[in-house]
Amino acid sequence: MKKTMTGHKAVAEAMRQIEPDVVAVYPITPQSEIAEYYAQYVHDGLVHTELVPVESEHSAMSACVGAAAAGARVMTATASQGLALMIEVVYIAASMRLPIVMALANRALSGPINIHCDHSDAYLARDAGAVHIFAESAQEAYDWMIMAQRIAEHEKVRLPVVVNLDGFTLTHSVQVVEPLPDEEVKRFVGEFKPLYPLLDVDNPSTWGPFAMPDYYFELKRAQQAGMEEVPAVFLEVQEEYRKLSGRPYRGFFEAYKLDDAERAIVIMGSTAGTAKVVVDELRKQGEKVGLLKVWLWRPFPREEVVKALSHVDRVAVLDRALSFGNMGALYLDITSAFVHQDRRPGFVNYIYGLGGRDTTVDHIHQVFEELESARPGELRYLGLRE
Amino acid sequence: MSQLKTWRELPVGGVIPGGATPEANKTGSWRSERPIWSEEKCIQCLQCWLHCPDDSILIKEEKVTGIDYEHCKGCGVCAGVCPKDAIEMVPERGE
Amino acid sequence: MKEIRWHGRGGQGAKTVSQILAQINLREGKHVQSFPEYGPERSGAPVRAYNRISDEEILIHSGVYHPDISVVIDETLLDSENPTEGLSPKGALLVNTKRSPEEVRKLTGYSGEIICLDADKIAQEAGTGFPNVPMLGATVAVLGTDPKLAEEELKETLSHRLPPEVVEKNLQAFRAGYEAAKGARDVPA
Repeated sequence: MKKTMTGHKAVAEAMRQIEPDVVAVYPITPQSEIAEYYAQYVHDGLVHTELVPVESEHSAMSACVGAAAAGARVMTATASQGLALMIEVVYIAASMRLPIVMALANRALSGPINIHCDHSDAYLARDAGAVHIFAESAQEAYDWMIMAQRIAEHEKVRLPVVVNLDGFTLTHSVQVVEPLPDEEVKRFVGEFKPLYPLLDVDNPSTWGPFAMPDYYFELKRAQQAGMEEVPAVFLEVQEEYRKLSGRPYRGFFEAYKLDDAERAIVIMGSTAGTAKVVVDELRKQGEKVGLLKVWLWRPFPREEVVKALSHVDRVAVLDRALSFGNMGALYLDITSAFVHQDRRPGFVNYIYGLGGRDTTVDHIHQVFEELESARPGELRYLGLRE
Repeated sequence: MSQLKTWRELPVGGVIPGGATPEANKTGSWRSERPIWSEEKCIQCLQCWLHCPDDSILIKEEKVTGIDYEHCKGCGVCAGVCPKDAIEMVPERGE
Repeated sequence: MKEIRWHGRGGQGAKTVSQILAQINLREGKHVQSFPEYGPERSGAPVRAYNRISDEEILIHSGVYHPDISVVIDETLLDSENPTEGLSPKGALLVNTKRSPEEVRKLTGYSGEIICLDADKIAQEAGTGFPNVPMLGATVAVLGTDPKLAEEELKETLSHRLPPEVVEKNLQAFRAGYEAAKGARDVPA
């Protein structure tokens, strides 16, 4: 049944249906209401989760690591500075191959301090070893939270998964969401089968041991192997979810009117929706434009992106965070995927929407217009007062 | 030294199933001084066993029987807490 | 697609009625969005909230810049908040005021439809004291939404958080707001 709800509520609903054993969370704008809703569910007895109201995000992720190693299904949520504070433990969670699912209400990192959306927090966690998925809408955030659980816990993967949803734009706005029935979600996520759970006292194990130069390298390579398993598992889980929900999840990214496109935009998050509106408008005028909306950002689907974009003449890659001293991170992902291709589009990089700067239909029109004449390799700023 | 494992042979997440790695890790060679236990002076108060940070006081039927030199790092805590000077630290001069 | 902008002050319930309107529109089968102007909430400070209502799926995620309807819950915002900014000349301006539409037109220079109602008085008479619900009623009238359906949704959602007698007062306030707006123009029910 279709309901109106905020992105917060959509994420909290997915969490309620999944009903993890442990949620350790510290509130931070614009994530707070996820924590608040979940605390209410626990209080009301709707879930049997152990809610750990920690004193910081560093502790939140630490409690998640401990609980997951003990054998619990674990979830958390944070944003911006919260992620910055917990980041060292995110690396540890990934290296210990703990399937912790985290909603990240994307918010700009300080400074200057700002509570609004950009993707600098996600970019901070890019190399931490977690899987990153981006949602376009509250509905997608709900759906990805459920799929994330299965991807994270898959025996070949065993990695934390971060579900990114744009702060305020998705978290605080009421949208139409159609949740699945509780029992279907429960059946879909199934039972969590922990590996070497610490609470299995008859079979003790050592977690997080020190690794010297003789083993550190091998352990990191093994971690990368977990990441390498993600694409196949992602598609498998996605297909099962597509059949369950009837919603069109197909592939690592959504290729929107891209088949015959001459100009295209690559983007992640909620602004993809605004860009689709512009693609539709321009298509009506006979212009061959399209959009590639990235769902799976880490691991990055290099080969598939090449296949999807190689026929396009001009591509604008839109990054919602700066990578100081270089082009945007998504731009580098895309262009490096093309480095050995003879046929490749001319790429332009746009930095947009920092600190909650609104990106409008007019801005996207501007990108498509400028793409005609822009010099490939250029770094531009969208919606900035020059 | 045993053959080092390749990355494909490692358990997920660097976990050591079975745990108890200190047993396999012989730390006795770290010692510069070795504790010598005197059965005659010992009153079996077990203070040394309580305080040993490396679980290296050997016990049988609640009585001290000796010292595990494979793991004892020679910290001297046992000698320090012994009320009867039944443990004496002597310099290591190789085995 | 229709876009609505609400002007209120923190604590007056602009965001709340915006969300309830979204629920009403969903109930009539529309696609909806409702969002406040994002920022730290401050009691008494001017706040804005927005609605999008469409027969098709709403993909756009940017702010609302050219609303079809602007609803002013607090008349003191007429000067400071420029509620006609970007407002479609074919749209409507709804104001909680004792003033006449002519006076408001003079004040704002808006050329489209102007609907004035004394929502404060309606709220006082109904015993709720909050002008947001009468303004919701007025907005439902301007949108041409079935008032019965709107009332059902309002009743259901308020019943989750308010005792029955307070819900009833709010329904009265809603109806009075609806009728006042309907009376101020020719709106098919």
